Amino acid sequence: PPPAAAAPLPPPPHGSEPAHCPGHKSRSPRRKWQVFPGRNRFYCDGRIMMARQTGVFYLTLVLILLTCGLFFTFDCPFLASNLTPAIPAVGGVLFIFVMGMLFRASFSDPGILPRATPDEAADLERQIDSAGCSRPPPRTREVLINGQTVKLKYCFTCKIFRPPRASHCSLCDNCVERFDHHCPWVGNCVGRRNYRFFYLFILSLSLLTVFIFAFVITHVILRSNQTGFLSALKDSPVVVCFFSVWSIVGLSGFHTYLISSNQTTNEDIKGSWSTKRGKDNYNPYSYGNILTNCCAALCGPLPPSLIDRRGLIHSGMPQTVSQSNGTSNSSYASTQLHSNMCDQDQCIQSTKFVLQAATTPLLHSDPVVLAPLPGKTTTLGGPCAYLAPAQPSLPSCGGDVLTLRDAAVDSRCHHHLHLHHHHHHHHFVSPEETPCATPQGALPCPTHLHLHHQPHPAIPSPAALYDPASQDALHEDSVRGLVKLSSV
Amino acid sequence: MRQQAAITAKVFIQRDYSSGTMCQFQTKFPSELENRIDKQQFEETVRALNNMYAEAEKLGSQSYIEGCLACLTAYTVFLCMETHYEKVLKKIAKYIQEQNDKIYAPRGLLLTDPIERGLRVVEITIFEDRSLTR
Repeated sequence: PPPAAAAPLPPPPHGSEPAHCPGHKSRSPRRKWQVFPGRNRFYCDGRIMMARQTGVFYLTLVLILLTCGLFFTFDCPFLASNLTPAIPAVGGVLFIFVMGMLFRASFSDPGILPRATPDEAADLERQIDSAGCSRPPPRTREVLINGQTVKLKYCFTCKIFRPPRASHCSLCDNCVERFDHHCPWVGNCVGRRNYRFFYLFILSLSLLTVFIFAFVITHVILRSNQTGFLSALKDSPVVVCFFSVWSIVGLSGFHTYLISSNQTTNEDIKGSWSTKRGKDNYNPYSYGNILTNCCAALCGPLPPSLIDRRGLIHSGMPQTVSQSNGTSNSSYASTQLHSNMCDQDQCIQSTKFVLQAATTPLLHSDPVVLAPLPGKTTTLGGPCAYLAPAQPSLPSCGGDVLTLRDAAVDSRCHHHLHLHHHHHHHHFVSPEETPCATPQGALPCPTHLHLHHQPHPAIPSPAALYDPASQDALHEDSVRGLVKLSSV
Repeated sequence: MRQQAAITAKVFIQRDYSSGTMCQFQTKFPSELENRIDKQQFEETVRALNNMYAEAEKLGSQSYIEGCLACLTAYTVFLCMETHYEKVLKKIAKYIQEQNDKIYAPRGLLLTDPIERGLRVVEITIFEDRSLTR
């Protein structure tokens, strides 16, 4: 067996540390969730899993509980006595259903695809390299599905060819099957395994909010018959989240349309199957009629979780690629960088040209070790994930870069190492040289990018990757950093 | 006994997406297995696996009833009973075990259940051929 599999497991990677789990450093047999390479949080010994940023989920909980609490406390006594006690009963059932679906959508595995084992990854690499010649080997495969040509892309982080309809979530750093979107309100990705729970959640929530809204209005009207309209309004609390009624009802309508046409939010937004792309473009996954599509989405078989998070780790088991590269911290950052670098090859080439021209004298005297850094500044490898705590579910590049700037300014530094090139020389960057979003647009003049100076080159594998003695490596590092910032 | 045999190679049978996102594996016979097992036998195994996975994901009256019942009970029904998919996965595990014992192990091969590889590949481990050294 390969040495990597037999080596003792490193401590859990920084990115996926189990949240405040007291026993994970003990010698008891470990569970797979403790060494999970994605950026998820696990609770209750792996039974519950969520995305990393859960702030907005708590906001959702508070809003729902607050609205329902106010309704049950102030409106229900009046309505139960004056109209019928069925009203709070139905409200109660709806409320329980909403909470149940919310928890199910938030806490379950959305359909994460486990990363390839080292053997698989090596086999795939061999296949890919043998196909290409001198130019970079093709990292896509084409499949004919139901008469439509679908491109399967290679995922650099997970080292697999993504199945059709799967997508890699940058916030959770996982490939998810039938990826719909990453929902911060639910605190999780929405994919194959929890889409029905998400849909039932928003559907029942819209019913609940309409129900509450209607009966609060009824309450006000009935009371105004007795005591006058204005004093009735005073007695009854104004409905909280009035506008959320319309947005949730709208969202339910949108997802009903998606379900009936068997599309994901991802596909709809990209217009993958719209007729605008081509006359013969149609959705190959649709079953033809609306009823079958709905039944398939809501009542179809529920596939089991592929990641087996509560399984025990046996010593001879193949570890995923991210762990076999030495310390998981560095390999995580390096795979992150690799994935983005390859995707933006052209951007790198052009930016590299500019940087080489502009920064060679600067970097000669100041060797920069851009090793993955502890704490917040590891975000250089993944700005989108760490620094977009409450970004909307489909973060735009601009949003991410802005937050990176803010965080960079806020971060504490022991030593400052300023990369001045984007500050002084941004005028070298002409639009045609950097096809992607230009750095000067994202980082205005006065802002410096602060990087920690690594006090000692203790991390072996990144130092090997980023050899400080080599100018090319330095250029590549700074380019990677800039490319991450300007990544589209 | 198996641990002492050296692993010469691993072959990975990739997924076949030509019928959509359903779990199916390619039936193309890999060249590394040419002198170990005959093509018919291999294809039969993969086809049987494909049929079982298709059965697991089938949209029929049984799956609809199960889905509706689960929804009505707020999915608590799965605390006591298994989903149809899980039942079929157990059947597949048994089938693979049986195939390994009867056909593949005597030829120095080992099939790994795809569920252990996230339903991405069927991993076939090729052990060194002891029969040549005897």
